[in-house]
Amino acid sequence: MNLTLKVWRQKNKYDKGGFVIYPMEGVSHEMSFPEMFDVLNERLIAKGEEPIAFDHDCREGICGMCSMFINGRAHGPQKGTTTCQLHMRHFKDGDTIVVEPWRAKGFPVIKDLVIDRSAFDRIMSAGGFISANTGSAQDANNIPIPKKNADEAFDAASCIGCGACVASCKNSSAMLFVAAKVSQLALLPQGQVERRDRAINMVKQMDGEGFGNCTNTGSCEADCPKQISILHIARLNREYLMANILE
Amino acid sequence: MTIKQFLYSSVGTKAVMALTGLFLSIFLIEHLYGNLLLFYNDGGNAFIEYSHTLVHSLFIRIVEIFLFASLIAHVAQAIRITRQNSEVRPVKYSVYKVKETSTWFSRNMGITGSVILFFIVVHLWQFFVPYRITGTVGGEGQVNVAQEVKEAFQNGWYAALYLVSVAFLAFHLNHGFQSSFRTLGLNNRKYENVISLAGSIFAFVIVGAGFASFPILFYFGIAGSTF
Ligand code: SF4
Ligand code: FES
Repeated sequence: MNLTLKVWRQKNKYDKGGFVIYPMEGVSHEMSFPEMFDVLNERLIAKGEEPIAFDHDCREGICGMCSMFINGRAHGPQKGTTTCQLHMRHFKDGDTIVVEPWRAKGFPVIKDLVIDRSAFDRIMSAGGFISANTGSAQDANNIPIPKKNADEAFDAASCIGCGACVASCKNSSAMLFVAAKVSQLALLPQGQVERRDRAINMVKQMDGEGFGNCTNTGSCEADCPKQISILHIARLNREYLMANILE
Repeated sequence: MTIKQFLYSSVGTKAVMALTGLFLSIFLIEHLYGNLLLFYNDGGNAFIEYSHTLVHSLFIRIVEIFLFASLIAHVAQAIRITRQNSEVRPVKYSVYKVKETSTWFSRNMGITGSVILFFIVVHLWQFFVPYRITGTVGGEGQVNVAQEVKEAFQNGWYAALYLVSVAFLAFHLNHGFQSSFRTLGLNNRKYENVISLAGSIFAFVIVGAGFASFPILFYFGIAGSTF
């Protein structure tokens, strides 16, 4: 099929950037979105042009590197799907597809579609860890955890840190990401030691990174490729408020 | 962490919005109860008496202070949030289908809130100031407060403004109610649906339909024939 791609090109952090239109012929239905970009880049290189920079790594929906804002939606129109798992069969011959980087003050563009997501790393280093020594790998059922909590923690843990929640939110709020990380550890026994500090420190770091205030619109949940529930935000708020009351 | 740091944090800011919002919502129920007394066919006496009690109760005077304080805090935090949120996306998307992922009302609490605030000012000017402060309504030889309500609603402009504001209020509450529970962390898988249903009933049935009945019934002369 033949498509028209309208892609954001930006030389570096300081460049103003703008859209460039690429007619894209011979796209196969089986290609994933980044595979189509690979083909486009090969063609650009053959013509002696600068290839389009875009993030990707695992290409199987688990690393959280890929991050394209496709036709107005983070990771494109397909629910619960990362950019790398979005296949071209979801588009029609003749479509024009607009591809932009995540846009948020907390995620400055480095080049083309690549953004700097180190704000998430700094939020993680502020509290997204446990420092209790849990010993070497134990027998599966050594630490009793209610199934409900284990499932809920696992759901939260499936966050891949892609940043689509920030990208799709009208307030560029990072609440869903932080909520997933705080939730996951708050539900497990290993996370109890730093439970209160974690909520306080991660929120503090989040606020300092230039993400906006959550107004519970629900866009994050709708565009999250791992379908992290917005209810984790309720838990983050609870953790934060309790920590403040008790500390 | 100091109280100030807490109040300025993103979650703390919203906790203030949520608590003040819920407090103001409780007031709405009280206000609705008072207004419903207008439907008694007793020449407006039940309502007049009720208004009289309110103005002369020390307890209500104290609550009144908290109400104004809540309103101011709610608005002040809203302005801060809106200003901060207007800076978080310096370069805008050229295609942004946010409509597919969230509702207009959840995204525009500032607009619905501003309409409500404007209405509150007009409304206070119309009833609260003359009755409670300047005393130009409700005294000896003056129109009583029930007649004042009836007259106000016979003005089509005022009735229309009232109706539109109530509609905005209903949508504001529909998002705000469940949102405040989430903000306060009083929400989980078990209660999620119950809370949002309760929020919608409160917003549309109790507050929405309840308050909308006054301009409609008074404007068309269905209510208030005895005073
Ligand atoms: S919560 Fe979802 S959208 Fe946000 S970073 Fe995690 S996986 Fe990505
Ligand atoms: S490239 Fe790893 S999730 Fe898409």
